Amino acid sequence: MKFAVVVFPGSNCDQDCFYIIKDVLKRPVKYIWHKDTALDGVDCVVLPGGFSYGDYLRTGAIARFSPVMNAITGFAKKGGSIIGICNGFQILLEAGLLPGVMLRNRGLHFICKPVYIKADNNQTRFTNLYNIGQVLKIPIAHNEGNYYIDAKGLKELKDNHQVVFRYCSAAGDVNDRYNPNGAVDNIAGITNKKGNILGMMPHPERSSEIKLGSTDGYFIFKSIIDWLENKKTC
Amino acid sequence: MIAEIYISLKKSISDPQGLTVKHALESLGYKGLADVRIGKLVKIKLNSKDKKTAEEEIDGMCKKLLANPIIEDYYFKLKEE
Repeated sequence: MKFAVVVFPGSNCDQDCFYIIKDVLKRPVKYIWHKDTALDGVDCVVLPGGFSYGDYLRTGAIARFSPVMNAITGFAKKGGSIIGICNGFQILLEAGLLPGVMLRNRGLHFICKPVYIKADNNQTRFTNLYNIGQVLKIPIAHNEGNYYIDAKGLKELKDNHQVVFRYCSAAGDVNDRYNPNGAVDNIAGITNKKGNILGMMPHPERSSEIKLGSTDGYFIFKSIIDWLENKKTC
Repeated sequence: MIAEIYISLKKSISDPQGLTVKHALESLGYKGLADVRIGKLVKIKLNSKDKKTAEEEIDGMCKKLLANPIIEDYYFKLKEE
């Protein structure tokens, strides 16, 4: 299976994602420039972290109109697998491919530190290698990670099991005390209703090698590889 | 013609920036503050002379890009130069 990492002006985690996929997971991967209009036989698209268009106006607001987003929307509609990490998540929200929106962190600080998140759903193509309730240590690095959705939207997310990751303590206690940014219901990651698009604020590409202190993020990429490769051979 | 577009967080959305500024103003001795909200002002200079077309165009810009309707409200004024 083949990955693509989309590069917007201001993306800065693109090379980390590329490296993890190519050198750690040993799968083919290519960069796609934001002005490209076709994805050409890609199986999974990664929208990396960074500060696309300088975060001007709102995070992700301008990137969502990049030419490549038409191809990505088409790919999403056909059920293609998409992972948006940090700024990639913000872009997916602005594009309406995932529900909700990001507000500024409630403490107004840019937060860059490892956090604990709990896998709330392991029935997705992105999380099938985790146990339900498994606590993962994955770093965050953002200023706008305060996920917001109205009460009706939150109920829908929950009813459809779209909440995939929630901020928690090292022991797995999901409580506002362990909520770094004020996100509604401690939400750190969600999927769309169909389950083919994942958005998450923590950076799995920064926690995919033991020398970086955690391999918990590795299994997101590995889950998607297993899911796509097994599906194809079936 | 110049369009002045004001964008702010909806009343139902908490504005930590506004709250921090409110605290700062209070610590300067300004005690009569009920609320402080911070927003954005976008000024757009238009070539169009027709007010109605300009209004429609600016409204479209707000809906499509300048404001996020989930969390933000906007209003705008058109002014002659």
